Amino acid sequence: MVFSSLFGKRPSEPEKPSESPAPEQPKLSLFDRMKQAVTRTRESLSDSISSVVALTREVDQASLDQLEPRLLAADIGSATTAIIMENLRQRALRTGIESGEQLKQILKAELKQILDGVAHPMQHPATPPEVILMVGVNGTGKTTTTGKLANLYRAQGRSVLLCAADTFRAAAIEQLEVWAQRSDVPVIKTKQGGDPSAALYDALSAAKARSTDVMIADTAGRLHTKTDLMKELDKMRRTCEKLVPGSPHQTFLVMDATTGQNGLQQARLFTEAAHVTGIVLTKLDGTAKGGIVLAIATELKLPVLYAGIGEKIDDLIPFDSAAFIDSLVG
Amino acid sequence: MFENLSDKLQRSFKNLRGQGTITEENISDALREIRIALLESDVNLAVVDQLIEHIRTRALGSQVATALSPTEQIVKIVNDELVNILGKDTARFQKSSQPPSVILMAGLQGSGKTTTSGKLAQWLKKAGHRPMLVSVDVYRPAAREQLAIVARSINANLYEGKLDSATPGTDDVLRLAKEAKREAANYGCDMLIVDTAGRNHIDSELMDEMSALKKLLNPSEILFVADAMTGQDAVNSAKAFNDRLTITGAVLTKMDGDARGGAALSIRHVTGAPIKFLGTGEKPDAFEPFHPDRIVSRIMGMGDIATLLERAEEKLDKGKAEAFAKKALSGDGFTLEDFRDQLRQIKKMGSMKSILKMLPSVGPFAGMSQAIDNVDEGQFTRVESIINSMTKRERLDHEIINGSRRKRIATGSGTSVQEVNNLLRQYAQMRKVFKTMGSGGGMKMQQRMMSQLQGRQRFGR
Repeated sequence: MVFSSLFGKRPSEPEKPSESPAPEQPKLSLFDRMKQAVTRTRESLSDSISSVVALTREVDQASLDQLEPRLLAADIGSATTAIIMENLRQRALRTGIESGEQLKQILKAELKQILDGVAHPMQHPATPPEVILMVGVNGTGKTTTTGKLANLYRAQGRSVLLCAADTFRAAAIEQLEVWAQRSDVPVIKTKQGGDPSAALYDALSAAKARSTDVMIADTAGRLHTKTDLMKELDKMRRTCEKLVPGSPHQTFLVMDATTGQNGLQQARLFTEAAHVTGIVLTKLDGTAKGGIVLAIATELKLPVLYAGIGEKIDDLIPFDSAAFIDSLVG
Repeated sequence: MFENLSDKLQRSFKNLRGQGTITEENISDALREIRIALLESDVNLAVVDQLIEHIRTRALGSQVATALSPTEQIVKIVNDELVNILGKDTARFQKSSQPPSVILMAGLQGSGKTTTSGKLAQWLKKAGHRPMLVSVDVYRPAAREQLAIVARSINANLYEGKLDSATPGTDDVLRLAKEAKREAANYGCDMLIVDTAGRNHIDSELMDEMSALKKLLNPSEILFVADAMTGQDAVNSAKAFNDRLTITGAVLTKMDGDARGGAALSIRHVTGAPIKFLGTGEKPDAFEPFHPDRIVSRIMGMGDIATLLERAEEKLDKGKAEAFAKKALSGDGFTLEDFRDQLRQIKKMGSMKSILKMLPSVGPFAGMSQAIDNVDEGQFTRVESIINSMTKRERLDHEIINGSRRKRIATGSGTSVQEVNNLLRQYAQMRKVFKTMGSGGGMKMQQRMMSQLQGRQRFGR
């Protein structure tokens, strides 16, 4: 199932995995699914590392230098790339790298350290509801991710309530309702153009009354440069705090893997205004590499929590840095 | 929009200043800065490297040139090269000989196709066309409802069609498209905008659907909608869509953020298709044709005076403005009532921030871009409500506004006496300045300002 959606449709794939026609195997580990989803990313970077090292048998300054543009091409950004390169250089000098394989391993360790260094286990509040705000710029997949997240938590045996707090975009509420139906969870809404904080207030009250485990609020997409709209997020936070002290427990910044260097600024300003606790990296099933999360982890210490790897309801999985890096580097 | 890139370029040029000639050595510093600036702006790496080589070659070869300083020379070269990539002419819209002309919208998920479809319809309506909208996105939940709501809000024609299938697919997509084209012809709509489902460029099944749509509709325009925040991957998606569909142009959305929009250069470079429009906000009319030369000057920090003037022309009442100028410069001076009129006119042009952003970041306006963050949009509203709280007599003759009147005005407008005082003081000052200018004594001052403007308008500060 995963194979057919991820590999079967790819025109440029020279040899389609000639799987037996029964790929009904949801037994794949999350690690594998993540890895498959980002395989395309891996191919390019891995190929380039091999080609870099093939030029010179011994890894020297020049071959390290050739690696730099490849990291840049993965949207990692010039500042973070410079840090990674410097660390690689230090290690190379210390240990005397001789093969491409070795260079790869060191690069992997370096990148993994960046992501794992900021990761921390998610803590659930002692008393329900746990309140989660979904935030992000327009079109990154907040509503879709909210729907998938509801499904994921339901599968974990937790009760979920959704709040359609995107009262701005046309048909955003209807869109979330469809997702709510699919995972059979209730949704609290208001009408388009209504006050999102009012919808949130209702949802919080309902979640408390029903002692729902998790309440997830889908907010309207907003550009981080719009001060007024960012203030609205602050108001929503205050509404949460008022009704459920200590909430929102999580604020997820939903980010599109195609995002370039602007992603860092998004993370900065959303963190400032809405205290982001982690990132959901969506659309990883394309060719985009999502390397910007390395820059964000470096500067803002924000972990990536989930990865969106397709359009189906179960195409949202906990982020696995080993798989991500493994796939990135090969 | 492109502030960040312009800042960086400005800085690298500054470093180059004061050196007599361009040498291999001193230019490489500047080139490195330009390279990083372009990369940070999300211009694709391959495009950047090519650009840098062109710039180097041309810069070294152009030593003989003239009175320009090295900085000015490089600014000019970078400017030329950017214009070169983006193309020189503003793109035109193609129409088919037999209406309706079909515009097919294509792009990745979340790039803004539906919003852009609505804006495009609005823009076409303004230009005197009769557009019809149709959504053939049968996959994303509530996508078709979204376009229906958008269409209603701008009062545009929409072909809704019927969709009964529980698992809709390509057949439904093609059927809806075909019906919509017929409907558009029947209704006498000369343009049909087809909003499609967002799709991944490596999803061959959905890309096949796109090809089938193209074959069926024979569109005169295929617009690739891309998010201005896209990074290095822009070349991959743009190339894949172009290889499959031969796009006729691109629309860059979400340009009202602070994304540097290097994707514009990448897309143009890899597809050869022009960027035709920019999406600059959430409102239906936040949509403008793309002007390469203006964007380049914006990148380079020369501002976007052309857009500003165009917007002024469109929104301002020229007669009123002239009348105001005449009155302000004459012996009587302008009244608070005239002042309020002007305020309202300016407000029509958009937020103060968006106006300031179009001013050059060099020359007399240097520092303005920093001021943008401190602009208090609410100030306009407060000033207006203060004037609204005055009686007509007070507005015509500010001198009668004594202490108790000030107190009443402050209460009425929900402000403080201090704010009322400030406004009155500023108004009195402005009035005086204008009157001096009008009486001829200001001619010298005007001349001085003009010469200052010209002196600083040169590149590189």
